[in-house]
Amino acid sequence: MKEITEQSVTITTEKARQMRRNIISMLGQAGSGHTGGSLSASDIVACLYFWEMNIDPKNPGWEARDRFVLSKGHAAPVLYAALAEKGFFPQDYLNRLRKLGSPLQGHPDMRKLPGVEASTGSLGQGISWAVGMALAGKMDQKPYRVYALLGDGEIEEGMVWEASMAAAHYKLDNLTAFIDNNGLQIDGRVEEVMSPLPIPDKFRAFGWEVLEIDGHDHRQIMQALNTARTVQNRPTAVIAHTIKGKGCSFMENRAEWHGVAPKPDEVEKALAELS
Amino acid sequence: MEQPGTSQEPLLLGSSGDSLREAFGKSLVTLADRYDNFVVLDADVAGGTGTHHFRRAYPKRFFQFGIAEQNMMAVAAGMAATGLVPFVTTFAVFCLRAYEQARLSVAYAGRNVKIVASHPGLDVGPDGGSAQALEDLAAFRAIPGMVVVSPADPLEVEQATEAILNYNGPVYMRTGRSPVLRVLPADYSFELGKGKIIQDGIDATIVACGVELARALTAADLLARESISARVVNMSTIKPIDDELLAKCALETGCIVTAEDHNIYGGLGSAVAESLVGNHLCPAEMVGIKDRFGESGEPEELAEKYGITADYICKAVKKAITRKQY
Ligand SMILES: Cc1ncc(C[n+]2csc(CCOP(=O)(O)OP(=O)(O)O)c2C)c(N)n1
Ligand SMILES: [Mg+2]
Repeated sequence: MKEITEQSVTITTEKARQMRRNIISMLGQAGSGHTGGSLSASDIVACLYFWEMNIDPKNPGWEARDRFVLSKGHAAPVLYAALAEKGFFPQDYLNRLRKLGSPLQGHPDMRKLPGVEASTGSLGQGISWAVGMALAGKMDQKPYRVYALLGDGEIEEGMVWEASMAAAHYKLDNLTAFIDNNGLQIDGRVEEVMSPLPIPDKFRAFGWEVLEIDGHDHRQIMQALNTARTVQNRPTAVIAHTIKGKGCSFMENRAEWHGVAPKPDEVEKALAELS
Repeated sequence: MEQPGTSQEPLLLGSSGDSLREAFGKSLVTLADRYDNFVVLDADVAGGTGTHHFRRAYPKRFFQFGIAEQNMMAVAAGMAATGLVPFVTTFAVFCLRAYEQARLSVAYAGRNVKIVASHPGLDVGPDGGSAQALEDLAAFRAIPGMVVVSPADPLEVEQATEAILNYNGPVYMRTGRSPVLRVLPADYSFELGKGKIIQDGIDATIVACGVELARALTAADLLARESISARVVNMSTIKPIDDELLAKCALETGCIVTAEDHNIYGGLGSAVAESLVGNHLCPAEMVGIKDRFGESGEPEELAEKYGITADYICKAVKKAITRKQY
């Protein structure tokens, strides 16, 4: 059980704010990309990278490291912001998001950027990667833990449930999957597009430990991570209630901000709100 | 968002038009009144494939399946079994996600389903290599009985959409993400299974499809300045390939260059080579992506980096000409 201190919450909160600023700036410079889902996941990813995970930016290939798989690969900017902040690569890489020759591809590419654990972008596949890594960890009796982040639209993919079945079948208690439950996908509200509800009951029925939290409350995220570490013989799903576009009032809860980058004046407005 | 319809007001040749996906979405709307037998299926990317136009105009004939392509593909087969003609629409890479369903439920079962894929090739641009399908033509071409079509401009998309609707059998059609030039003349007429000579020439034939046709025409202009006369063929049906026209071009121009925004393995180039081997052999060169994945960048930058611009087509034509035996 890791202690959740005032100081740790202050640190992750500040990191999340800095990450959101970088997300806005990098997308502004790129001129395209996925804004809403990067901002909804910022608090979860900040807690993982700056409180929970045992990783070493100087040694990204370290065998015993914890592993994070961004299954909702379109939210690449939130991963890049965390990796840059953690020191996996120089901050100025962020200026070249989505540009020709850049290691910061439109979707995460593990062959181009250190710290990226899986090449994702086709929804549903990352959770299976995470199952594979967790299974290998069990087999080799390695102490590392594996984390995955999925979208609530993403879980409409049948593959997610194939992976969930396998994770429970193999009793992968070293695996924690966060569902970024922001209620929106491209075409609108998840329950209107193709309802995946009720999400907690589904994971429970598939044999997972299920926690529900406010995905912007750092204490709750940390508590969920603490709990997941104590669960035995089954994986943990953390259903994180979030707001798509969180942190920029004019983007919050708006499906239009799914796959659109902010224009220069919008970048300015957003950064002012995140200062 | 609404732009002037492609059918009512033909744009001037060479002027910039809709993207192929926009043209497709609008064509569905135009066709809906005359053909009440088709429905449109989407997997949470209607704005991306252009089918949002159809959803707005004909909500009762539009079916949303969420982010679940495999299910959508097999559902389409079931709908087709009742006599409906389903258009299954998503990005090209996600059609590959439902490949086995397309193989078994659609093609093996002989169902009349139209698979229409947006976002093929390097033309996808900044989303990067994971989103750029460079193998879809090869993959779908390899399914027995699957017709494969890749129109070149908005006018042809409109005509091809109607043609595949009138054809009874499984079809895979590629549209495209980026706005494209209007390259085909107003009197152009698409015929399923036929290539068309867009510009005549005697020294070589460039056979192109999709967005690469515009580059082929530019290449022919550049070559003309060097007194090389290149014929340009729009081979918008990749399967079944127009053997007759290819044999004629091989005979009359003595060499062939293929050009496609696709891996050189398995796509248009391969289809042409297979045809030449079986009918009339001649030297041939292939312009396409050389068995690599793409990456983020603007489509024109990528075309340059991966060797599919007009300049590369010119080089290939010159090489093919030197390989001719006199
Ligand atoms: C297999 C697959 N189908 C379609 C897409 C296109 N796509 C990209 S993001 C997205 C919506 C994702 O919604 P959600 O999972 O809720 O993500 P978030 O709201 O967190 O951004 C879709 C359909 C994809 N990336 N992968
Ligand atoms: Mg969502």
